[in-house]
Amino acid sequence: MTPPVLSVRDLRVEFVTRRGVLKAIDGISFDIAKGEVLGVVGESGAGKSVTGSAVIGLIDPPGRIAGGEIRLSGTRIDNLPPEELRRVRGKRIGMIFQDPLTSLNPLYRVGEQLVETIQTHTNLSGAAARKRAIDLLAEVGIPAPDRRIDGYPHEFSGGMRQRVVIALALCAEPELIIADEPTTALDVSVQAQIIALLKRLGRERGTAIMLVTHDMGVIAETADRVAVMYSGRIAEIGPVRDVVMNPLHPYARGLMGAIPSLVQDADARLVQIPGSMPRLSAIPPGCPFHPRCPHAWERCTRDRPEPIQRSEHRVACHLYDANDPTAAAHKIHTHAPLEAGIPS
Amino acid sequence: MSSSPTAPTPTGTAAPAQAPLVQAPFVQVKDLRRSFDVSKPWLNRVLEGGEKQYLKAVDGVSFDIAKGETFALVGESGSGKSTVARMVVGLLSPSAGEVTIDGVSMTNAAFSAERQRLRRRIQMIFQDPYASLNPRWGVDRIVAEPIRAFDLIQGEADIRARVGELLTLVGLHPDDGKKYPHEFSGGQRQRIAIARALASNAEFIVCDEPTSALDVSVQAQILNLMRDLQDRFGLTYLFISHNLAVVRHMATRIGVMYLGRIVEISGGRELFAQPKHPYTRMLLDAVPDVGMTGRQRIPVKGEIPNPINPPTGCTFNPRCPFANERCRAEVPPLAEGVACHAVHERRITIPAAA
Repeated sequence: MTPPVLSVRDLRVEFVTRRGVLKAIDGISFDIAKGEVLGVVGESGAGKSVTGSAVIGLIDPPGRIAGGEIRLSGTRIDNLPPEELRRVRGKRIGMIFQDPLTSLNPLYRVGEQLVETIQTHTNLSGAAARKRAIDLLAEVGIPAPDRRIDGYPHEFSGGMRQRVVIALALCAEPELIIADEPTTALDVSVQAQIIALLKRLGRERGTAIMLVTHDMGVIAETADRVAVMYSGRIAEIGPVRDVVMNPLHPYARGLMGAIPSLVQDADARLVQIPGSMPRLSAIPPGCPFHPRCPHAWERCTRDRPEPIQRSEHRVACHLYDANDPTAAAHKIHTHAPLEAGIPS
Repeated sequence: MSSSPTAPTPTGTAAPAQAPLVQAPFVQVKDLRRSFDVSKPWLNRVLEGGEKQYLKAVDGVSFDIAKGETFALVGESGSGKSTVARMVVGLLSPSAGEVTIDGVSMTNAAFSAERQRLRRRIQMIFQDPYASLNPRWGVDRIVAEPIRAFDLIQGEADIRARVGELLTLVGLHPDDGKKYPHEFSGGQRQRIAIARALASNAEFIVCDEPTSALDVSVQAQILNLMRDLQDRFGLTYLFISHNLAVVRHMATRIGVMYLGRIVEISGGRELFAQPKHPYTRMLLDAVPDVGMTGRQRIPVKGEIPNPINPPTGCTFNPRCPFANERCRAEVPPLAEGVACHAVHERRITIPAAA
C-alpha cells in the first residue's frame, strides 16, 4: 500500500515564553491521502494554523516542534536541515495564505513572480516557463491570461489575486497544498468560486489538500474528511458528512449547533457552549473541554482522553470509552440548552 | 436551490413585504444618498487634467422598520450597508434623502431639540469590540457613560446599582465592572458593548456586523442574547451583516444591497424560500453552508465592479444571466419588493420554493 501523502504522528509544538512553555499543539495525529481534502476547523487559538505551519516547517522561534513525526509520502521531513526543507517547501508542498496581498510582492509583475517560482523548481527555459505561467493562470480561471500575466498585483481584485496565489502554489506541481483560511478575506460570491477551484484541482491533479479554516460551511462543502481541533488537540476526526451531521464529541456537537444554517429552523435557538476556549497558558488538566462540557464528570478533570475509534470517526472523549463502565451514565444525547451566563 | 428543504410558500403573488401600516413606521428611510469625494488632490488634477471623482456609496435607499422588528441589510463588501447604518444613527450626514425616527427627522435642522431627546433612544453596537471600548476606562465607567451623558440617574450608588443590573442582564457579573476591557474575551467585550447600548434604555439599536469578529460558539451566545433582549424589552434592531445564515436567524425583514442600492426587500422567510432578484439567488446559492454537504452549486460569475465607475442601468447587469438592452440602459425601480426589469417584465419566472 502506498503511504499517505501526509502523515502526522503525535505532533507537538511548543512556544517557549517568559511565563513558561505554551503547548500550542499537543500530540495530534492524522493522514491525508492522495487527492483528499482534509478540513481542519476550530476556533481562534485551537492550533489549526500552527499545524499547517509545522507541516511546512515555518514555525518561527520561540516556537519549536517538540516531538512527533511528519512524513511526506513516506519520508520524514520534520528533521530535515533547513536547506533541504527549503527545497521540499514550494516544490512538494504548496502554501496558500489568507491574505493574497501579503503573499504577492507588490513591486513585481505577476508573471515575473510565477516564472521565478517555476524556474526555481524546474529546469524550464524562460520562454517555456512563461508559457507554463500563462497555462497556470488559465487553469485557475483568470480571463485573458496572456495579457494579465504582465499586470501588477494591485491591478487584480481580491478574488483574482487569490487565484494568482493558487497558481503560484501549483507552479511546481506539489503533492500537498496547505491552504490557510484561503477564502476568509473574500466575499461570499468570490469565495464560492475559489472553493470550486480548490475542489477541482484536488480532483483533477490528485493533489492532497489541507484546508485550514474556521468556517464550517466551507469545510462542509469542500472537504472529504474533517478534523475538529480544540486547545491544540484533535477532538474528533472523520468523514465530513458524519462529523457535520452526526458529531460525537460534545464540543463538535455544540459547535455544529452553534452555527446558524440556511436550512435549519430560523426560529430555533442556537446551541450555546458556555464560556470560551481556554488560553494556552491556562489549559485545564484532563480533557481541555471539561469546564464547558455538559457531560463532564470527575474523570474528565483528571485523565486526558485518548482518541477512540468509532466506526470511521476518531473521537477523544471519555464518553465513548467502552472500558469505562460509568461513561454510559453521562451520555445524554440531547445537548441541554445552557444558561446565557458565563461562568468566570 | 432544489436541495433546500424549506417549506413551500405560494408563488406568483405580489410581495406582501410592503404591507400598509396603520401608523407611521418607527424608522423611515427615504431615498437616502451619500457620495464620497475620491478625487486626486487639487494639484494633481490641475497638472494631470483629471476630473473630480465621486463614489456613490449609497444611491437612493428607502426602507421602513416597524417597532419591535429586526430589519437586516445584507450585502457584500462595498455594497454600502455600513454607510446606511452610520447615516441612520447620524454618525454620517447624508448627501440627500431623509431619515425619520419616531416622527422626528434626523436630517432636518428644524428638529434639533427633538433630535437631542431622541438620541437617548438610539444606540449602536459596532463590529470590533476591541476598538469600540475605551481601554483606559473601567467597565463600570464605560457602561455608566450613557447614564451620565443623558443624566438619567442621580447619585453614584444608584448608578452603580444600575450598572450591576445591566451587566447581569448581558450575562456578566456585577463585579466585572471593576475590570478593564483587556481582561475580557471578544465575546464578553461584545456583551459589555450591548450593556452600554441598553444603559440609556435605548429602543432602537443599530448593529453593524456585531458578531463577525467572534468565533462561532461565541457568536451563538451573542445572537441568542440579542434575541432574548429583544423579546424582553421590545427592541427594534437594524442589523447589518454579510453573513446570510446569521441574517436568516435574526431578521424579520431583509433588504439585499448591491453597489449602493437595495435590489430586493422582503420578509425573512420569504427571501430564503423564494429569492426573486438574480443577485439574491446567486448569493444564496454561493453561501457555503453546513447543512449542504456535497451539494452541486451553480457557478458564480464575476465580481463586484468598481463602485467609482459602476455599470449603467442595473448595476448587476454584467454578472446577470438575464440582462438585456433595457437592463444596461435603465435603472430598475424597486417595485413589488424587487428592483429587476427581468422580474417586472416576467421574463424570468420566480421558482416555486423547493
